[in-house]
Amino acid sequence: MKIDARSLPLLMLLVLAAAFPWFGEKYYVDLVIKVMILSVFALSLELLVGQTGLVSFGHAAFFGIGAYVAALLSPQTGPASFWILLPAALAASGIYALAVGALSLRTRGIYFIMVTLAFAQMAYYVFHDTRVGGGSDGIYLYFRPKIAIGEVTLLDLGSPIVFYFFILVALVLTFLLLASLQRSRFGRALAGIRVNEQRMRAAGFATYPYKLAAFVIAAMLAGVAGFLYALKDGYVNPEILSWHQSGAVLLMIILGGIGSLRGAVFGAIAFVALQEFYQSQAIFGSFAKHWQLPLGLTIIAFVALMPQGLIGLSTQLRRRAAA
Amino acid sequence: MDLATFLIQCLNAVQYGLLLFLVASGLTLIFGIMGVINLAHGSFYMIGAYMAYALAPLVGATVGGGFFTTLALGLLLSIAFGYLLEWGFFSFLYEREHLQQVLMTYGLILVFEELRSILVGDDVHGVAAPDWLSGSVPLGDVMTYPTYRLFISAVCIAVALGLYIVLARTRLGMMIRAGASNREMVQAMGVNIKFLYRVVFAFGVALAVLAGMIAAPVSSVYPNMGGQVLIISFVVVVIGGIGSVRGALLASLLVGLVDTFGKVFFPEAAGVLVYLLMAIILLWKPEGLFRQG
Repeated sequence: MKIDARSLPLLMLLVLAAAFPWFGEKYYVDLVIKVMILSVFALSLELLVGQTGLVSFGHAAFFGIGAYVAALLSPQTGPASFWILLPAALAASGIYALAVGALSLRTRGIYFIMVTLAFAQMAYYVFHDTRVGGGSDGIYLYFRPKIAIGEVTLLDLGSPIVFYFFILVALVLTFLLLASLQRSRFGRALAGIRVNEQRMRAAGFATYPYKLAAFVIAAMLAGVAGFLYALKDGYVNPEILSWHQSGAVLLMIILGGIGSLRGAVFGAIAFVALQEFYQSQAIFGSFAKHWQLPLGLTIIAFVALMPQGLIGLSTQLRRRAAA
Repeated sequence: MDLATFLIQCLNAVQYGLLLFLVASGLTLIFGIMGVINLAHGSFYMIGAYMAYALAPLVGATVGGGFFTTLALGLLLSIAFGYLLEWGFFSFLYEREHLQQVLMTYGLILVFEELRSILVGDDVHGVAAPDWLSGSVPLGDVMTYPTYRLFISAVCIAVALGLYIVLARTRLGMMIRAGASNREMVQAMGVNIKFLYRVVFAFGVALAVLAGMIAAPVSSVYPNMGGQVLIISFVVVVIGGIGSVRGALLASLLVGLVDTFGKVFFPEAAGVLVYLLMAIILLWKPEGLFRQG
């Protein structure tokens, strides 16, 4: 990746994140972990919405499946093997995405939004109504997995500092993967589909397999994010698949700015910051329990006034100054 | 399952389906005519139910009560509310992308839910059905069926008929149908499309509010009750075809049947069956049963 002025803030963020565990309080270190995991989640949706132009309102399903697989396959007596857990989470979210994508990509526009939402809700009810994952109470994950080869433990994710850097590396890898995907022939094809699908078809691209591939890759990355989330909290419940979660991740990418990978990361940061701000009892006192009211108003105002997101702010201001 | 039980379940299915139709028909009209995806439509149902809860004592104190007075007051308020909301909020959404519509109406849900929490609190409340409807009708030798549920179905059927007459037989209905198929042309013919949109939106809101108000005595009122109805209504709209009221009616009854009998035969999988139904219909007809314009 070329280093230019635009990637500078991102590199500074990376350095800050790498140094943070040594001077940050524990509460904020945990918060940074949460932001990094949500960044992976937002990046995965950015591939779908920003790069391919498919607005999915059911992305939380794949996040949740990844998390549930991690919790369900971890034994209660000791750490599971990482080499089983992660591939299983990837496979489960990928297979569900293949089925959902194959069906929902037959539709477009408003239909696609509603159909993806409905399929996510279906997954929600599987975990909510049946005893598969402990019903609405959720289940616990007692031990974080060990990354080992033979008898040699490479990384013990149970250690907080190791876990922190593990998440950071996962985020960087996701970012680099998506950045190289964007520059590949596959990524160009997705961009072509976003801009004008008819023309792509006329140019000889079978667009359906491309869209399906993007859908499955995005879902698997969301599965990774969910997997990490389960390891972080040691607890999963059906609410992480709920449509509010799908709304939240869409919100993150639009907060940051659709159409750029950096935007997804900035959006995740902004979203968590907003949540922390409105939930803060120090600032809002007893009104803090109604934090969704200011959040809702902020969402409306933000989308109305800054549809380009934080990334687009400078262009927007420049255009206004020129006009 | 004996005949009486089967009959009761059929009546339940039809009642649930018809109630869904009230919510989904407004949703499908708003989608079809204005091209807006409105996540806050479920909130209107929630607002209706809470109106039934909050207005009844108020009406009781001022004019001595009366179920239909409460209903009429609620409907008037909802039409005014819908009209103002279209003017102050939704009219700004028409030219925007679907993604922005999704997020802005999602924000609106959060606002409505918190306002509900601030004004009425987060407790579950029961709503009493009027005395003359709270009895039950004998069905077979031992079974009975609550009169109020029959009343719900009757109201919904009346509304569906009214909707059909308005859409198919009146000048307003003609303009609405024309607006759905070609916005610019209707405008060029001298129809005030902005006013038309406002009317359609207000009626859509009123239908959802009516559904919430008459459902409240059966379902009671509770936080986030709008969300579930919203998503099932989406399923109905997807199955029926966007913009088609006829499709919405057929799809609501279908969803009502699958859901009700699903709960009887496969209680664990009941939540999933409706979505499976949708998946099958999508495989067969990706644009829904009745695709319009």
